[in-house]
Amino acid sequence: MIEARSLTRRFGALTAVDDLSFSVAPGEVLGFLGPNGAGKTTTMRLITGFLAPTAGHAQVFGHDMRRAPRQARASLGYLPEGAPAWEEMTVRELLAFVARVRGLAPARQRDRLAHVVGRLGLAPVLDRRIETLSKGFRRRAGLAQAILHDPPALVLDEPTDGLDPNQKHEVRDLIREMARDKVIIVSTHILEEVEAVCTRAIIIAGGRLVLDDTPQGLAARAGTEGPTAERIDAAFRALTAGAGRA
Amino acid sequence: MFRREFAAYFATPVAAVFLSVFLVLAAALPFQLGRFYEQGQADLATFFAFHPWLYLFFVPAVAMRLWAEERKAGTLELLLTLPLTTAQAVVGKFLAAWAFVGLALALTFPMWVTVNYLGEPDNGAILAAYAGSILMAGGLLAVGSCLSAVTRSQVVAYVLSVAVGLVLLLAGHDLVLSAVRTWAPVWLVESVAAMSFLTHFQAVARGVLDLADLLYFLLTIALWLAATTIVLDRGRSR
Repeated sequence: MIEARSLTRRFGALTAVDDLSFSVAPGEVLGFLGPNGAGKTTTMRLITGFLAPTAGHAQVFGHDMRRAPRQARASLGYLPEGAPAWEEMTVRELLAFVARVRGLAPARQRDRLAHVVGRLGLAPVLDRRIETLSKGFRRRAGLAQAILHDPPALVLDEPTDGLDPNQKHEVRDLIREMARDKVIIVSTHILEEVEAVCTRAIIIAGGRLVLDDTPQGLAARAGTEGPTAERIDAAFRALTAGAGRA
Repeated sequence: MFRREFAAYFATPVAAVFLSVFLVLAAALPFQLGRFYEQGQADLATFFAFHPWLYLFFVPAVAMRLWAEERKAGTLELLLTLPLTTAQAVVGKFLAAWAFVGLALALTFPMWVTVNYLGEPDNGAILAAYAGSILMAGGLLAVGSCLSAVTRSQVVAYVLSVAVGLVLLLAGHDLVLSAVRTWAPVWLVESVAAMSFLTHFQAVARGVLDLADLLYFLLTIALWLAATTIVLDRGRSR
């Protein structure tokens, strides 16, 4: 269970996230949508504890991110925006480091490493430095470190950004597969992704919650006929038009 | 944390360049400027006398990347969302950097071999001076760690660290102290001197490893590392 209660974050005079409340239960994949600058990444950072909220709070399986940050973070896997990683490390070193910090026992570390490497097709680049990787492999290395400890909750900030269509398909399959018993929040501005992987969609604009509905419910708001993806697109534009911010 | 950081130094040519230049200067300065041979003494006093000034430029170079780089590359977000406390990350990074500087210092051992070959130095005193030297390096490194957390620019971090380091060293230098002595009461002069890295290092470099000097450096390190933690945690809520 991931819960946001009245999350608010100000940067000086700018209110990036404004009194945002929602909760996500295991089995749900929440698509977090919004125009650029709507506060998606800031919300991800508040939920994962990289930023502290100005008001309100975030909880992961009952652990408050401020009061019990270690427990809250232990049950969370996080792919930050842009999939940052230490450039001079190899993929293997990155995963070994994350495994050690997360306290995985050596035997489990081996099992999980084999699993994520197989699942994300990282075998050919395992001993290459991250700085030499293509965008697709980088993103997958970032995903690998997020799911390495098999966390019950995942926060993925634009997980398919920079992937080619085949890789996108692979990652969406992986998300759907993991969704069975996990809480997953995916931020994206690719609307077709909502229909493909999400069970629920939240749209924010200007830091405020605009809509919390199923992808089908969202599509229905377009009030037109046609494929779901197109209707989601139309509904999104109708809901967020004029709310974009630099 | 320590292992990742320490290994990171050797993943790029930076470590090799740093170690080579440091060793060349650490050896050349005493010979060229310090008349190491002409003194006709088998000790390392001249060698250690250059350390504060050598560190003033080298240690900030090691420290500048500690946090500024993480911030710029976005890996700070990865690091600070792992189940580590900020303090653990700060201490882990600091210890790795300290070990790296310690390695540079340890590689100056041919100087020690040389004086032992040429004469019979007081090896206890040399050991104490080495201890003082690494402690002072730790102090400057902790200062650099904190200033590196303030900015995302490594150049800014470097310049700030050299400036603060200079103040901390000069506060114990005779030039500054005699200037202060002309108008200030003795207790003030004493306290300015007591604040300085130089005063404490020179005490240790003479071969006397005093508990007070040891505590001074350890406390300095602890305070600046605590400040680093505060700066990083404040960054989350600002």
